[in-house]
Amino acid sequence: MAVKYNDFVIRFANVNGSGSASANGMFAKALFRMGIPVATRNIFPSNIQGLPTWFEVRVSDKGYMGRREGVDIMVAMNAETFAEDVASISPGGYLFYDNTKPLSKELRRSDINEIGVPISQLLLPEFADPKQRGLFKNITYLGVLTALINIEFDVITGMVSKQYKGKEDLIEPNVRAMELGRRYAFDYLECPLPLQVKRMDALGDKIMVDGNTAAGLGSVYGGATVCAWYPITPSTSVAEAFEKYTGSMRRDKASGKSKYAIVQAEDELAAIGIVIGAAWNGARSFTGTSGPGISLMSEFLGLAYFAEIPAVVWDIQRSGPSTGMPTRTQQSDVISAAYASHGDTKHVVLFPATPRECFDFAADALDLADRLQTPILVLSDLELGMNDNLSEPFVWDDSRRYDRGKVLNAEQLEKIQRFGRYLDVDGDGIGYRTLPGTHPTKGAFFTRGTSRDEYAAYTESPEAYERNMQRLLKKWETAKTLVPKAEVSTGPHRHGVLFFGTTSLPMQEALDHLAEEGIGLNTCRVRGFPFGAEVEAFIRGHDKVFVVEQNRDAQMRQLLVNEIGVDPARLVPVLYYAGLSISADEIRLQISAHFSANKMSRVTEVKS
Amino acid sequence: MTFVAKPKVHHPRLPLNDIGLTRRDYEGSVSTLCAGCGHDSVSAAIVQACAELSIPPHRFAKVSGIGCSSKTPSYFLSKSHGFNSVHGRMPSIATGANLANRELYTIGISGDGDSASIGLGQFSHIVRRRINMAYIVDNNGTYGLTKGQFSATNDKGSTSKRGAPNLYEPIDLVSLAIQIGASFVARSFSGDKKQLVPLIKAALMHKGMAFIDVISPCVAFNNHNGSTKSYDYVREHRETVVAADYVPHAEEITADYEPGTTERINMPDGSILQLHKLAQDYDPHDRVAALHYVQSRQAEGEVVTGLLYLDPNPMDCHDILGTVDTPLNQLNEADLCPGNAALGSVNASFR
Ligand SMILES: Cc1ncc(C[n+]2csc(CCOP(=O)(O)OP(=O)(O)O)c2C)c(N)n1
Ligand code: SF4
Ligand SMILES: [Mg+2]
Repeated sequence: MAVKYNDFVIRFANVNGSGSASANGMFAKALFRMGIPVATRNIFPSNIQGLPTWFEVRVSDKGYMGRREGVDIMVAMNAETFAEDVASISPGGYLFYDNTKPLSKELRRSDINEIGVPISQLLLPEFADPKQRGLFKNITYLGVLTALINIEFDVITGMVSKQYKGKEDLIEPNVRAMELGRRYAFDYLECPLPLQVKRMDALGDKIMVDGNTAAGLGSVYGGATVCAWYPITPSTSVAEAFEKYTGSMRRDKASGKSKYAIVQAEDELAAIGIVIGAAWNGARSFTGTSGPGISLMSEFLGLAYFAEIPAVVWDIQRSGPSTGMPTRTQQSDVISAAYASHGDTKHVVLFPATPRECFDFAADALDLADRLQTPILVLSDLELGMNDNLSEPFVWDDSRRYDRGKVLNAEQLEKIQRFGRYLDVDGDGIGYRTLPGTHPTKGAFFTRGTSRDEYAAYTESPEAYERNMQRLLKKWETAKTLVPKAEVSTGPHRHGVLFFGTTSLPMQEALDHLAEEGIGLNTCRVRGFPFGAEVEAFIRGHDKVFVVEQNRDAQMRQLLVNEIGVDPARLVPVLYYAGLSISADEIRLQISAHFSANKMSRVTEVKS
Repeated sequence: MTFVAKPKVHHPRLPLNDIGLTRRDYEGSVSTLCAGCGHDSVSAAIVQACAELSIPPHRFAKVSGIGCSSKTPSYFLSKSHGFNSVHGRMPSIATGANLANRELYTIGISGDGDSASIGLGQFSHIVRRRINMAYIVDNNGTYGLTKGQFSATNDKGSTSKRGAPNLYEPIDLVSLAIQIGASFVARSFSGDKKQLVPLIKAALMHKGMAFIDVISPCVAFNNHNGSTKSYDYVREHRETVVAADYVPHAEEITADYEPGTTERINMPDGSILQLHKLAQDYDPHDRVAALHYVQSRQAEGEVVTGLLYLDPNPMDCHDILGTVDTPLNQLNEADLCPGNAALGSVNASFR
C-alpha cells in the first residue's frame, strides 16, 4: 500500500477533565515542530468534568487549515461516545482503542482498520495509583502514536521535559508511560501505518497560538491600560492573556506597581461602563465578551456612539443563546455588533482571521477608537479565539506611535478662542475632545447623548439634533477610509466569493477544489466595517458574489445589501451554522450546486 | 432652551478662598429643576463645599446616571468635565474614570431610582471596589423624572401623591453601604446645609468610597403628608448622631465645640475632621454597631443623619490593584509598549 504523508485528520475522543488536553496538545505541537502544517480544534461541552470532548488535528502538507469532513484516525478513549466515534471514521480509516476490554461485535466495521492496544492492562503493573493510571493513559496512547505514524521521538520527549520543568519527578513516569506504548506498538503492531508524518520545512518562522492570547498581547502593545470584563466562554482568555502579559511586561521597575488596571466587573453592563468611563478620561481601555455580553452592552454602546467616546470590545462569537451551544463556534453576531443599541447607531467592526491579525487589530482598534472617538467592535470567534492556529509571528514596529486622535492639551486650548467639543473643524466629522482636569478655565464640557449643540451646551433644538446626526454620518465616511482594507484578488473571473474571519481558513482548499470543477472565483476577504470603496467595487465588478459565512440569516450579506445597496440577487448566500467550523467541502458543495441549479457556465471565463 | 453662560464677574464683596476664587467659580449653569426641589440645595452645598476646600474647579470629574438628580452635575462646577451617562450605571463610569486618573476628585451623583433600583448591582459593586470618590444619592423616594412612581427607598406604607400605599420593603442604601465596604457612610438632609456641607467636604477628602445618602424632597411628587421623604417628615423625625465639621488644615480649629463631645479625625491630606458626638455611646468606627444603630432607629421611624461610619484605615481601589502613582491616562508608549525585542521570547514560546 502506498504511504501517504502529512495529509490526514486525527480525532481524539476523550472525557472532559480527564487530563487528555495536554497529551493531545503535545501531539499537535510535535507535528508542528517537525515543520508540518497542522490545525487544531477543540470540540468541547459546556461543562467542567465528565462530558465528552474531542480534539481534532488536521495535518495538511498543502497547508489547508480549515476543518475537513471525515476522520482518518480515531483515538477512541471515551466509552460513552464509542459507537458514534466508530461510525464517524472514513472508510479505510483507523480505529485506535484500548482493547483491555474487547470490542463488541456490533461495533465492528469491515471497512476500517482496528488497532487495539491494551493500554489499561499495560499500565496496571507499572503504576499502583489508579488516578495516575487514568492520567498516564493519555501519554501512553501518545507513545503508541509516535510509533504508528512515525513521529520523531526526541521531539516529543523533549517536550515532556520542557512541560514538566521544575516538576522533575513527573518527567520520568511520563516518559516511561510513553515508552510503554511505543514499545508495545513496535512489538505487536504493524508500524508505521501507511498514513504517516514526515519532517517538512513548510512553516518558516510561523508560530502556533490561539487568537485570544494574541488579542490580549496586542492590547498590551497597543497601550490599553484599563481592562474590564466579565467571564464568558469563549472570550475569557482575552482578559486572562492581557493579565498575564501586562503582569510581566508592565510593572514599574522601581516600585513594582502596575501600569494597568484590570477589573473583573459584576456583569457586562459594568464592564463596558468601566471601559467607557476610562476612555472618557483618556485611558485606553477594552473589554472582551461574547454574544450575550454584546446584548447587555447595547445601551452603553449607543451612548458611546452618540457621546463619541472611544471603546474597544472584543466579541469572541459563539452560537447563541446562553443555553444554546455556548462552546461551539459561529459568526452570528455580525448584525448585533454592527447595529448594537437604540436610535440610529452603527459601529465600526473589525474581522480578524488569524492570530497575527488579532494581535495587529488589537492595537489598531485602540488607535481607531481614539481617532474616530467611537466604539470599535472586533469580531473573532471560538474557532479563532480558543484553538491553536498557525500564524505569522508577532511583530511590532518600534517607530509606531499611538494615534491618540484629536485630544487638546492645555497649551492648545490656550490658543483657542472658543472651544467647541462637537465642532467639525477639519471637515472629517470628528471634533476635538478634551480630558477632565486639563485646563483651569478652558475646554471643560458636559458629556451627554445628543441633546446638545456644537459647543456641548444643552439643547433640544431639532436643527441641532439633525446637524449632529449628519456630522456623525460624515464621520462614518471617514471611518470607511481608516478601517483595515479588504484583501481582494483580481483574477480573470466573472464571479466572486466574499468572506471574513475564520471562514477564510477553508477558503483556499475550497477554491482549489472548485477550480478542479471548472469554477473560478475572485476573492474578497472583508476585514472591516463600514465597507471601504474596494468592497463596493468588488461587488459591482462581479456578476455574482457568493457570501460565505457561519450563521443562518446571512448577516454579512444583509449588511452588504443594506450598506452598499446592491441588488440582493447578486449576492448568493453560502451558509453553515451547525456549530463546528465551516469546511471546504461545505463551501464547494453549495457553490457548485448553485452553478448547477442556475446553469451557470463552469469554464472559467474572462470578464468582458 | 440653550443656556448662555453667566458672566463670571467677581463681586467685590464675595469672599475669596485660598486659591483666590469665589463661590461663583464653582457654580454651574442655571438649574432647570422645579423650584424648591431638594436636589438644587444639594448642588448648592456641593458648590460651597468645593469652594471652601479651595480645590481648583477643573480638578473635579462629575459623573451621573439618569434622573432629575443625575442632571444636577450641570448645575455646579461648570469648569470641570461632567458625564451624564445611562440610568443606573454611573458607578461603572466612575470606576473607569477614577482608574484612568487617580488624581482627580470624582463626584458621583445619582438618584434613589438610579442607585437603589436599576443600579443596585452597580452601586453594590462600586462600594465593594472602594473607588475613591464622593458618591451622593439625592434620595427623594420617588422617580422624579418619570413623574412620581415609587422607588425602592420608599418606606413600606408611605403613600404616593395619589394616595396609593407602597406595598414593598424599602432598601436602605446607608445600611447596605456600611455592610459591603464603604469606608465613609453618611446621611443628611438637603435642607440642612450646616450638616451637609462639612459632610461633602469630608467625603471629598476621604481616600476611598465615601457615600452620602441625602434625603432630598421632590416637591412635585413626594412632598406630601404620606411621604417619609418630605420636608416636614424629615424635619420632624430627624435624629443627628454625629455632626461633622470638616476643617482644612490651614485653618484654625474653632472652639465652638463642647470639649468631650468632639472627636477629631486626621484626614489623609493632613486636615482634620471633627465629629460631634451627640449620642453619648455612638462610635462611628464600629461597623457592626453603626449598622445596628441605623437599623434600630429606623425601626422607630427615625432618620439618623450625620457621619454614621468611618473606617479608620481606608483603602481605595488603586491601593487594592497596586497601580502606579502616575495617572494611567498619562502613561505613554515608553511606559506601555514592551517593544519588538520582547516579542522574540513570546514568539519562541509558541513554537
Ligand atoms: C434604561 C432606562 N430605563 C428607564 C428610563 C427612564 N427613567 C428616566 S429617569 C428614571 C427614574 C429616575 O429616578 P431617580 O433616580 O430616583 O431620580 P430622580 O428623578 O428622582 O432624581 C427613569 C425610570 C431610562 N432613562 N433608562
Ligand atoms: S420632579 Fe421632583 S425631583 Fe424632579 S426636579 Fe421636580 S421636584 Fe425635583
Ligand atoms: Mg428619586
